[in-house]
Amino acid sequence: MTSTKKKTIFTAAVLLILLAACVVVDLTLPGYHIVVTVIKKATVYSLVAVSMNLLNGFTGLFSLGQAGFMLLGAYAYGVLTIPVAKRASVYQYFDGGAIKFSLPEIFSGALGDTVGTVAGMLAALLVGGILAALMAYLIGLPVLRLKSDYLAIATLGFAEILRAFFQWNTLGPITNGSNLLKSYPTFSHATPYVILAGLMIAFIVLLINSTYGRAFKAIRDDEVAAEAMGINLSKHKRMAFIISSFFAGIGGGMMAMYMGTIAAAPFKSTLTYEILLIVVIGGIGSITGSILASFLYIFSSEWLLRGLDSGKFLGISAPAIFKNGFRMVVLSVVIMCIVLFFRRGLMGDKELPDLLDRRPKKRKKEAAGK
Amino acid sequence: MQQILPYIINGISVGGQYALIAIGYTLVYGILRLINFAHGDVFMVAGLVMVYSTTAMPMYVALPLVLVATVLLGFVIERAAYKPLRSAPRMSVMISAIGVSYLIQNLSFYITGGVPQPVTTPIPWISENVALLGTSTKRVTLVTPVLTIALVIALVYLINHTKIGMAMRAAAKDFETAQLMGVKINAVISMTFVIGSFLAAVGSMLYFTNYPSVAITSGGMPGLKAFVAAVFGGIGSIPGAVVGAFIIGLCEEIIKGLGYTTFSDAFTFALLIVVLCVKPTGLFGEKVTDKV
Amino acid sequence: MKRLFAFVLALAMAMSLMACGGDKSTSAGETSGDSANKVVKIGVYEPQTGDNGGGGKKEILGMQYANYVQPTVEIGGETYDVKLEIVDNRTTPENGPSAASELVNRGVSVVLGSYGSGVSMAGGAIFAEAGIPAIGVTCTNPQVTADCDVYFRICFLDPFQGTVLANYAYNELGVTTAYTLAMLGSDYDQGLVYYFTQAFEALGGTVKSEDFPEGSANFVSYINNAKAEGAGVIFAPVSINYAQLIVEAADAQGFEGALLGSDTWDDNMVIESAKGRDVDVFVTTFYQEGGNADFDAGIKEWINANADAKTNNGGNDMISAVTAMGYDAYFTALEAIKAAGSTDPKAVLEALPGVSYEGVSGLIEFDDIGDAKRDSAFIKTANTEAGAWDFVKVQTVG
Repeated sequence: MTSTKKKTIFTAAVLLILLAACVVVDLTLPGYHIVVTVIKKATVYSLVAVSMNLLNGFTGLFSLGQAGFMLLGAYAYGVLTIPVAKRASVYQYFDGGAIKFSLPEIFSGALGDTVGTVAGMLAALLVGGILAALMAYLIGLPVLRLKSDYLAIATLGFAEILRAFFQWNTLGPITNGSNLLKSYPTFSHATPYVILAGLMIAFIVLLINSTYGRAFKAIRDDEVAAEAMGINLSKHKRMAFIISSFFAGIGGGMMAMYMGTIAAAPFKSTLTYEILLIVVIGGIGSITGSILASFLYIFSSEWLLRGLDSGKFLGISAPAIFKNGFRMVVLSVVIMCIVLFFRRGLMGDKELPDLLDRRPKKRKKEAAGK
Repeated sequence: MQQILPYIINGISVGGQYALIAIGYTLVYGILRLINFAHGDVFMVAGLVMVYSTTAMPMYVALPLVLVATVLLGFVIERAAYKPLRSAPRMSVMISAIGVSYLIQNLSFYITGGVPQPVTTPIPWISENVALLGTSTKRVTLVTPVLTIALVIALVYLINHTKIGMAMRAAAKDFETAQLMGVKINAVISMTFVIGSFLAAVGSMLYFTNYPSVAITSGGMPGLKAFVAAVFGGIGSIPGAVVGAFIIGLCEEIIKGLGYTTFSDAFTFALLIVVLCVKPTGLFGEKVTDKV
Repeated sequence: MKRLFAFVLALAMAMSLMACGGDKSTSAGETSGDSANKVVKIGVYEPQTGDNGGGGKKEILGMQYANYVQPTVEIGGETYDVKLEIVDNRTTPENGPSAASELVNRGVSVVLGSYGSGVSMAGGAIFAEAGIPAIGVTCTNPQVTADCDVYFRICFLDPFQGTVLANYAYNELGVTTAYTLAMLGSDYDQGLVYYFTQAFEALGGTVKSEDFPEGSANFVSYINNAKAEGAGVIFAPVSINYAQLIVEAADAQGFEGALLGSDTWDDNMVIESAKGRDVDVFVTTFYQEGGNADFDAGIKEWINANADAKTNNGGNDMISAVTAMGYDAYFTALEAIKAAGSTDPKAVLEALPGVSYEGVSGLIEFDDIGDAKRDSAFIKTANTEAGAWDFVKVQTVG
């Protein structure tokens, strides 16, 4: 068997095992179980982290606008999927809002209840992604000419501006102003999240392995040389920015599904920083790393390390030290160690199939997910 | 006049506070080409130290302690988080800065229990109210711009007329050459962080005299805005940062006065994007081709 | 090599955590180690950090004190120890679902909380799916219970509170122009302002509304705007931190009208700020200190004897209304468990609507949607000389 073939089989096998594991989890545990909850959240973070990696890791554009694009996606999803009957109560301060339709209900009419609802939800996600991509195109026109840290701060500023707009009462009939959007349909199981994010990530992987992907990497490694080789810099940068934002938008929509309520407040620069740090933990330039890091980060911060906050951890009881906030201190110290001493992160720029190269087998741990 | 006066006084005061933070950004950026994302958090820590120390000990011990502690923090951050990455790509250093910011916030969160710490014993004299042209304000409002300008003059003197100042200018101009000419680059960089943190500590004491409590997130917004001020004024230029800070402070308050309160923060960032796209070197920035 | 090390480190971390994470899911009804009694768990879903961290901690104090007063409950003739499972929901909706799942995972029979409405709605979906009843303590947004079968609450609602304050401002203070200030992005603030404005305008007054961005620290300009509008009251239903800033700014700018606050303002941090200042502050609240002498004396003694509790209460022993509400929520939950005769969440959920409990904040009974039947609120004013709240009146809305 050739090495490539072996790798493909290996990758497919790992992915299938993980998917099967997820289905088993769904079949045995109820939707509100903590394991299901963290899988959902980690999956969403994976998608967003990978989209950020596409930009920061593969194209070398240091953008900090991810939270802004997620905000767009989340709102698009919420606004388009809230059932018409519930709108009066959700938009209680805005006379039921300006939008009087709901995509899942429209699709249900044509395709039947279950299929229609799911189709409507997916369509809303897609609209969110497209909106984010459009916005990325618009702000990319001026901003993408900037280099590294200026680009970072400009995109960060843009995300803050967007947040102010979404909370503006004048747009209330659409965005519900400062009030929560809720009562929209969500998936209660983890498998749909995993499949959705998996497909998106697969698309990104295909893109990275295509001619475009190679051009992105060339730009990252040396802009001048890339341009000399005939790569259209501005076109490719814009493309990477738009595609990354598209997936961040979809990620935002999935985040909305996970949260059950939408407000602009969570989509602050802190969220972007968190995702950036996840990308760094996983390794800038490794898709597998981003996914792995998302799962590690979310599992530990939301679930496994909770003991550090409530007095008892690993059987050690020390309420004086293990009090509120300690888990985040531990996590951030670990992150700083990675940033300073293991700059390549968990995976460097290696991917799942590359693991076969040297130390075969083990690595099943590859993350309880994907 | 009577109606807009309070906004203007307030704007100048806010601008002065931004200015003291902005200098820290601009000095560090001038030499290391690094946006020190942790600077706003250093500012916040100075506020926390002030809250804790002023309740525990007399004012004449507490205030110098705030300065020393903040300067020490700035120094340690540079040595621990930025120095090891001196030869790494700029992105890595910036990520490290974000990591430090995350760490400081989480640590403060842990120590304070995530609850804003009330300023129980504000600094006397400057926290008293005075009447001014028919409106009333805290004395700190008037002290801030004066003190800011005095400190900036001292700083400019330090940079233009002392040996360490010369070394800083050399390092800002050309990092490698300065090193080759025998400038002790690490000492210079440390000095930059010491100065930046010192000014942030002063700014923090003035800032939190005006407010009843220090929250973990108190540093974030002033920090970002001060950075915008530094960019607006022309990054690397000290007078630029100060002028930029005063302009932003004034604009913000005037926007609030006009009734567009929803967008007072958004305006600052819009200004940033416009400046970056139209005149990336800012108001007073030096012309350097390979910066933006 | 480094990479390998990092990987091993991460794996080791993950493994060790898996090991300890696994044994957490215990179900209700098990026996606890140090006593022979069975245990029933009550989940506490409150913010301990973030904007509402201070308020959440005070609410938890009430529950902890209640747990100290009444640590056991009789279920079907058997004595159970009551254990509080406290999880921090960090104030914000995005942290709600996982905090709620964590509580479900710990096998609680009923949940108390939260302080704020947004995070309650975010957790509500999880509780509904798990079929665990939740008793909102001070979440006043109508939507908390509207779409959620398992959510109940023991406090009054925003439409009621906003109307009470508008009536008070218009009829009692004789004000015709009001200025409202709310934080951008806070559904609590914006909701109250909405109801206040509706009621105030219906009475014939005019309202000027403004928002401030999160993290604002300078309210001088807003106070000046209010003065420029000729407003007789500033209604600012904001969280505790901002309330303090507004009080200080109003004093510094010599604002002559009154400051109106909602239930969030009833906090000793706000009264600290108002002490010695030239301001008129009026707030609506759930409970008036001194309303129940036994409760006040008992909890003060408990707080003073317990250093942690005192820190969480802001360093003194003044009783916030939210603490009294936390106390009542705990006993309401116990009543429901008793009535259910079981630790099973489903049984508690069925028993909850029928509960009638005379708490320190008044009689607690639920209507069809699960809201408390309350028709009156306490109005208090800040005594700026003594640094304490003075009772003004009980305001009812017909």
